[in-house]
Amino acid sequence: MALEFSPETLKAFEATVARYPKKEAAMLPVLYLAQREFGHLGPEAIEYVAKLMDQAPARVHGVVSFYTMYNMKPIGRHHIQVCRTLPCALHGAEEVTGFLKKKLGIDCGQTTPDGRFTLTEVECLASCGTAPMMQVNDDYYENLTEEKIDQLLEAMK
Amino acid sequence: MEKVLLRNIGVPASHTLSTYQSRGGYASWRKVVQTLKPEQLIEEVKASGLRGRGGAGFPTGMKWSFVPKDSPKPKYLVCNADESEPGTFKDRLLIEQDPHGLVEGTMIAAFAIQSHTAFIYIRGEMAFGATRLEQAVAEGYQAGLIGKNLFGTGYDLDVIVHRGAGAYICGEETALLSSLEGGRGWPKVKPPFPATHGLFGCPTVVNNVETLATLPWILERGAAAYSAMGTEKSKGTKLFSVSGHIARPGVYELEMGYPFKKFLDEDCGGVPNGKKLKGVIPGGGSMPVLKPEELDKVNLDYESVAAAGSLLGSGGVIVMDETVCMVRAALNLARFFAHESCGQCSPCREGVHWMEKILHRVEHGGAQSGDLDLILNIAGNIAGNTICPFGDAAAWPPGAFIRKYRDEFEAHIAAGKCTVRN
Repeated sequence: MALEFSPETLKAFEATVARYPKKEAAMLPVLYLAQREFGHLGPEAIEYVAKLMDQAPARVHGVVSFYTMYNMKPIGRHHIQVCRTLPCALHGAEEVTGFLKKKLGIDCGQTTPDGRFTLTEVECLASCGTAPMMQVNDDYYENLTEEKIDQLLEAMK
Repeated sequence: MEKVLLRNIGVPASHTLSTYQSRGGYASWRKVVQTLKPEQLIEEVKASGLRGRGGAGFPTGMKWSFVPKDSPKPKYLVCNADESEPGTFKDRLLIEQDPHGLVEGTMIAAFAIQSHTAFIYIRGEMAFGATRLEQAVAEGYQAGLIGKNLFGTGYDLDVIVHRGAGAYICGEETALLSSLEGGRGWPKVKPPFPATHGLFGCPTVVNNVETLATLPWILERGAAAYSAMGTEKSKGTKLFSVSGHIARPGVYELEMGYPFKKFLDEDCGGVPNGKKLKGVIPGGGSMPVLKPEELDKVNLDYESVAAAGSLLGSGGVIVMDETVCMVRAALNLARFFAHESCGQCSPCREGVHWMEKILHRVEHGGAQSGDLDLILNIAGNIAGNTICPFGDAAAWPPGAFIRKYRDEFEAHIAAGKCTVRN
């Protein structure tokens, strides 16, 4: 069956579009809605959003692939994103990533077989004074230590 | 020094409307809408000497005055809250802890150009900050501070919080506008400038968070009080984000012109663990690094940092102690720019990856004797040859690292491996 929004999401879509002076300006928020509904933005989701937004699928694909926060492939329930840019690197970001790789048994860009965690390295998240840090889904975790990471992973089922 | 930007930070529930108003919040907004003409507001901000805090330091009042008054098109005010410059985290603090200050400043700027729609474009990763701003805007609508016929004057203003989706380049104002139009964040050729051809081809002003958050104070206390602080050309106060090898990292508000060395040693507690300072980046990851001996005469204002061969930029201060391998530091930033190039202009799209690859072999082995000059050559071919300033930002750091720490780079090449960490 082709992908489509639930009635509630469709309502949210209409409300979102209505806030903007032009429909196309709602592209980024609409893609967030689609990602929340479908889990990731694969070809079918892109085609559906293109139809909703009166745009060519190729253009929507171009937008989705440009930004790091749209996932074109399925990801784990907890998306761990370790900042690797200079201020975090000065405080052991590489060691944080190494620790997580060992702990989770996966490399960067991979998901654990149980679908629980995806590990990614990302660029500066504007949290340099509390380095090293990582973002998991929407939340920031700062001043990381191995013990702190252990506790966090334990709490993320 | 009296705090302008951090005055509400640390106050319990500083993010709520009731706290903000109990501390005098939105009095400036009311005064502006009820008693000032847009021209008077622009003159007041011009007189304050406020310059854009996004990095370029362009006079804010003058930027507003470029918007044509007689245009039949709608006008837009856009707050650039896409803070992504490595080493910079001041805007995030304001957004999360004092969102009403930013909303009030955004609306004051919108009134100056007689815009009826203002956008706050916030970095996608800052989900918490976006929630705080959305709450603040909702409270503002409910209290009649945002919306139709404000204070009975007939002036309408909507404020829309818009989340980005992960792209450093969207901090560049024309890229931000492309993104806000629903496309890839590709910068546009200037001229025409956004003041005449911005969002959807309409007159638009893009101002940074810190710039806008300064406005309520200026309107409350007057331009003269603001311009009494700082230096002759750099007025007022500025936020500095301090990170790296420093005893007390964090966000500081300083009067412009504050001595850099004193700031690092006294206010920030110096380099910890008895280590020596090796280098400091003064204005965010895209600005040239300074050596310790270059700091003595530097004051934290636009002119003084520029005279030392770097730029004040975003005020993101990254401190590196003697244990840091400067090849590795340069490689880290080169990798950042390689990851973040938008891919539109060939010199940048290709050059940033070449620089990263060559720096990688200098650090990890396999470099050749001409590699350093090759990097400088590539950097020289990027800077000034791209649509937007990202090209310069990507070219400056490797160039400065190589010129200032050339012996260390040469030693790496001669040894075929890292000579600092191993």
